[in-house]
Amino acid sequence: MGDKRKYVIPGDVVTTGPFRPEQNVILDGNKIIATTIGISEIYDDSVKVIPLTGMYIPKIDDLVIAKVNSHTSLSWELNINSCYVGFLPAQDVFGRDFSAHADELSSKLKTGDLVAARIANFDRTRDPLVTISDRDLGQIDSGELVEISPSKVPRLIGKRGTMIQMIEMATDAAITIGQNGWVVISCESPEGLLKAKKAIKMVNEQAHIVNLTDQVKEMLESKGES
Amino acid sequence: MGGRDATMVLLDKNGIRCDGRKIDEPRKIVIKAGGLKNADGSAYIEFGDNKILVGVFGPRDVHPKHMSNTDTGILRVRYHMEPFSVDERKRPAPSRREIEISKVIKEALEPAVMLEKFPRTAVDVFIEVLQADGGTRCAALTAASVALADAGIPMRDMVAAIASGKVEDTVILDVNNEEDQAGQADMPIGYMPSAEKITLLQLDGVLTPEEYKKCIQVGVDGCKLVYELQKKALHDKYFGNKGD
Repeated sequence: MGDKRKYVIPGDVVTTGPFRPEQNVILDGNKIIATTIGISEIYDDSVKVIPLTGMYIPKIDDLVIAKVNSHTSLSWELNINSCYVGFLPAQDVFGRDFSAHADELSSKLKTGDLVAARIANFDRTRDPLVTISDRDLGQIDSGELVEISPSKVPRLIGKRGTMIQMIEMATDAAITIGQNGWVVISCESPEGLLKAKKAIKMVNEQAHIVNLTDQVKEMLESKGES
Repeated sequence: MGGRDATMVLLDKNGIRCDGRKIDEPRKIVIKAGGLKNADGSAYIEFGDNKILVGVFGPRDVHPKHMSNTDTGILRVRYHMEPFSVDERKRPAPSRREIEISKVIKEALEPAVMLEKFPRTAVDVFIEVLQADGGTRCAALTAASVALADAGIPMRDMVAAIASGKVEDTVILDVNNEEDQAGQADMPIGYMPSAEKITLLQLDGVLTPEEYKKCIQVGVDGCKLVYELQKKALHDKYFGNKGD
C-alpha cells in the first residue's frame, strides 16, 4: 500500500494538518482521528476512512432492497437491514387520491414482499422515508436475495462499476445491489444464477484481497468451461 | 475465595510476586477479535487466568421503547459471571457486584462510543466471565472495547484497562486474585491511549498522595501495553498480518 492509504482502527491518527474530515473521521485539534476499522484515504484537501465493518446507516438517495414488515392503514413499514425501519407512505404507491377507507394497502404490497426503494428523506429525528415511485423501483417479483455485509457493497460494485459489470457479463444475470447489503440476482439460466451468487459471496468473504477482480474473473471463467 | 494460603508471600526480597512476576509486569494477555457469528461484534480475552467473552449488538431498536432517547443512542452493558467461573458455584442471578461492574464499564465506554450518531437506538454489550481470577472488570472493559470496534460502532478511541495496586508497601501493576484479597490497595484504571484520557478510576484501599500518583502512572503505562494488544487483535482479524 502506498503512503496515502493505511489500515486504521478507532483512535488512530490518520494525519495532521488542514484537512477536511469526511466519512468516519473526526477532527481533534489539528489531528484527524479514525473512528472505525478501515482503510484511510487522504485526498488533496480531505480525509476519509473506508469502513471494513459496521451496519447500514441510511443516506438520502441510496438505493436499497427492502422487505415489507407490516402496514398500517396509511403506510408500510419496511425492513431495510438497518437500525431504523423504512417508512413508505401509501400516497407514494396509490397516488394523490389515496383514501384510507377505499384503498386496502395489502392489495399492493404484502408482508414479506421485496421492493427496490430509494431513501427519500432521512434526518435522524424520524425514521427514514422511502419512495418506490421512480423508474427501476418498486416490487421485485423474481430473483434470488443474497445478503452481504453493507460495508462490502462498494467492493462489489467496484471502481466505476467494473466488478458488477464483469459478473453480469459473465453470467447473463441482472443484479440489483442495495446499499444496505441486500442484493437481488435474477437470471434465466440456473447455472448463471449459481455462478453469480458464488461470485458475490466470494467478494463478500475476500473483500480485502488486492487482486480480487482477477480472482473473481478466474472463477467465473473456469466454471464456464466445465 | 477459598484456597488462600495464609503463609503466602505476596512480595519477596527480590521483588518477585506470589505468581513469579516482577512488580511492573502484567499477566499474559491474549485478545482475539471476532469469533461469534450471530453477534454484530465480539471479542475474547485471556488475562492471566481470566477468560472473558464479549458480544455486541447494535445499533438496534430500543426495547422497551420508553428507554430510547431522541437525542442520542444509549449504551447498555451486562456483566455476568458464569456459575462455574469461581471456586464455589456462583448463583447465576445478577448480584450487587455485577450490577455495579455493569454500570462502571458502561460509564467507562460512554466517552469513547459516538452514540450521538444513532439517536433512538441502543448498543448492547454482553460480557460473560467464563473464568475469574481478579481484575475481571479491567479485562472485561478491554474486551468490550475490542468487540465494539469489531461491530463497527464509531468510537473516538479504544479503551484499554488494567489495575495497579499496593502490596507490602510497594506499587504493583496488574493485581491478581491473591493480591486483591490480601494486598493493601487495588486501583482499576480505564484509559483512552490516543486521547490520553482516563475513563475508569476506582480505588479500594489506602494510598498516600505519592503512592496514588505512582499508581496512576503505573496503571496508565500498563494500559498502553494492553492497547498494543487490542490493536494487534483487530489488525489480525481485519488486515491479516500485513497491518502496518
